[in-house]
Amino acid sequence: MSADTARTASNSFTATRLPRLIELYTALGALAVSGIVIALIGWTTTGFLVLAAALYLMLTGVVSGVVENRRKAVDRLVRGLVTVAFLLALAPLVSTLYEVIVRGWQALDWNFIFTTGGTIIDPATMKITNTIGAWQAVIGTLEITGMATLISVPIGILTAVFLVEYSPPGHWMSRTVTFLVDVMTGIPSIVAGLFAFALFTLVVGPKAFSGFSASIALCVLMIPTVVRSSEEMLKLVSPELREASYALGVTKFTTIVRIVLRTAIAGLITGVMLAIARVIGETAPIFIAASFTNNFNGDLFSGAMQTLPVMAYTGYKFPSSDIPASLQSAWGAALLLVILVVILNLIARLIAWAFKPKGLQ
Amino acid sequence: MTQYVAPRPGSSGARRLVGGPRPSDRIFRGLSYGSAALIMVILAGVAVFLIIKAAPAIAASWSTGDLASGTTAGYANFWAYSGPLIWGTLWMSFIGLLIGAPVAVGIALFISHYAPRSLAGILGYLVDLLAAVPSIIFGLWGIAVIRPYLLPFSHFLTEYLGWFPPFGGQVSTTGSTVLAGAVVLGVMVLPIITSITREIFLQTPRLHEEAALALGATKWETVRLAVFPYARSGMVSAILLGLGRALGETMAIALIISPSIVFSVALLTENQNSQTIAANIAVNFPESNDLPRAGLIGTGLMLFVISFAVNFAARWIVGRTGGSAKERRSRKIAPPSDAASILTLDVAASPLEALEPRGSSAHPEGQEPSIPELRD
Repeated sequence: MSADTARTASNSFTATRLPRLIELYTALGALAVSGIVIALIGWTTTGFLVLAAALYLMLTGVVSGVVENRRKAVDRLVRGLVTVAFLLALAPLVSTLYEVIVRGWQALDWNFIFTTGGTIIDPATMKITNTIGAWQAVIGTLEITGMATLISVPIGILTAVFLVEYSPPGHWMSRTVTFLVDVMTGIPSIVAGLFAFALFTLVVGPKAFSGFSASIALCVLMIPTVVRSSEEMLKLVSPELREASYALGVTKFTTIVRIVLRTAIAGLITGVMLAIARVIGETAPIFIAASFTNNFNGDLFSGAMQTLPVMAYTGYKFPSSDIPASLQSAWGAALLLVILVVILNLIARLIAWAFKPKGLQ
Repeated sequence: MTQYVAPRPGSSGARRLVGGPRPSDRIFRGLSYGSAALIMVILAGVAVFLIIKAAPAIAASWSTGDLASGTTAGYANFWAYSGPLIWGTLWMSFIGLLIGAPVAVGIALFISHYAPRSLAGILGYLVDLLAAVPSIIFGLWGIAVIRPYLLPFSHFLTEYLGWFPPFGGQVSTTGSTVLAGAVVLGVMVLPIITSITREIFLQTPRLHEEAALALGATKWETVRLAVFPYARSGMVSAILLGLGRALGETMAIALIISPSIVFSVALLTENQNSQTIAANIAVNFPESNDLPRAGLIGTGLMLFVISFAVNFAARWIVGRTGGSAKERRSRKIAPPSDAASILTLDVAASPLEALEPRGSSAHPEGQEPSIPELRD
């Protein structure tokens, strides 16, 4: 055993090595073999990829184990495994987007966005008309998320200012707030919805469903995100800038507003955009706090309100008499939601790019 | 050229030098302290209002009245109702983590140590994108893709491994199983676990890795000897944070599984799927009366307590990540622990790098070697 180890160690510089691109060759070989085998027994893309990955891992392990040594074989095997894990994670991302786009595309057009959908029963003839449309949900989403943003952003940024600028390091209040913000990031979204529902039934009484209640639920989820990202951004502002400002006799308020916040503005807006992108897709809290409806309701402060994610959910869970139409509008709402999230993410990137602090590059 | 005029004694300029803070200063300071205090109030409010609304159902008799009919019929008391739900929540999340966590750590390792440096940032961003997909989209995806997809696999498992309790029982024909829900949960916890473990892997002291490489270790041995010991507690805490995410997941589960409120370990059956707290609330909340609704809020309170405990444990462990106690104190900042702020760093750090030349930790390519403490 020890003699063997000694031999391996002394030979490690001169021992046979596999060619540099062996992993590429093995991968191509594995893909080819897997392609032939799967084509013979009936084509499935998943089967092809899984078999190719398994073949690749086995081949690298065995070839390297025979030609090189066990340690190198393990090393190559792990490299292969880790790469496969990464490719595996891309599969759901690609598959989800593909599925939403392909299925949602059939429903999505300008009419779908600007028509109020729902089921209307004509009392005279008892004839049921199903209209496909998402206007009520688009308005609901924009109003509820907008109100949540209006409330959360000032609170979030001011709290971040407190944590970075005002509280002495290690002060009990900053430690408590940091801890509570961390805890709030972990609140399950449905609990936020239950909180808003409980709050509004106690204050307003029963029948407390309203868009504003949903906004409060979203605030509980949005504030910690805004605090965390703004805090990170404010910390990136170098202390020299603040000190230079103080040295000129500028007051703390002016320094924070004109120097610190202005320097970090791109990061702050980016953080806010991403926070909006996060809460705009929340379903559970809105479903609990604002319930759901097919009627148009533009009043944030009374009555049930529909939003896009809830529309996608209810389309599947409580379909109308015309089931295919319900499913189609659910996918349409889902695609519309994804488009909104993508737009918000793009805006975040654009702002980060456009607001580069000038003269500091 | 402007001429400098010395302020006369007693003029406004001189008074400001010796006077107290200006009103704008005081107001802003008050607003800032007030916001911080408001956060404490909100969190306390969440707990208090849930307790107030849940108390009637916890105290009520479950054998008479509203609670004895409908979805809450047949339970002796609140605890008999919430027990199986708590079990279902933990079981489903556990299976989801079993699927998601190893892959997530693998991805983190790939991005931090195996992928080419120039690609690492983009690849990390791709995984972060998973965090941006709303959960309802994953729910629809689970229904449309994962359910039918897992059916042949489920049949295979029941046929050949049916002696193992989780795979036993009458196999589902629709695919609305715990397994399908857990696969979707696994995908949803990927980005959070990956982003945190990636940050911690990148913080491994460069000298430890270089020492291992200098002794002739292969890449994997370096990772095993230098990176994993340093990052162990961070990995545990990342997985716990992933668990926190999985526990609260509602809509995807509510859409995918066909549940029943039972203690069951079955993964592949039609009617023995343990229901989770969150999905149970989502399914039953719209159709419930006051008292059953209070019961649902009570289970929500249980969920709040459980996820609070899990998050607390995660924070406590991440505080112990890496190096000696002294090193930890000097670092002061734990890595960002939620996907949103890591995404923000990814997107926004590049323009701000001018102010912080060492670069954000979200950009591995901008890092200097051998400086594990980043923003201190």
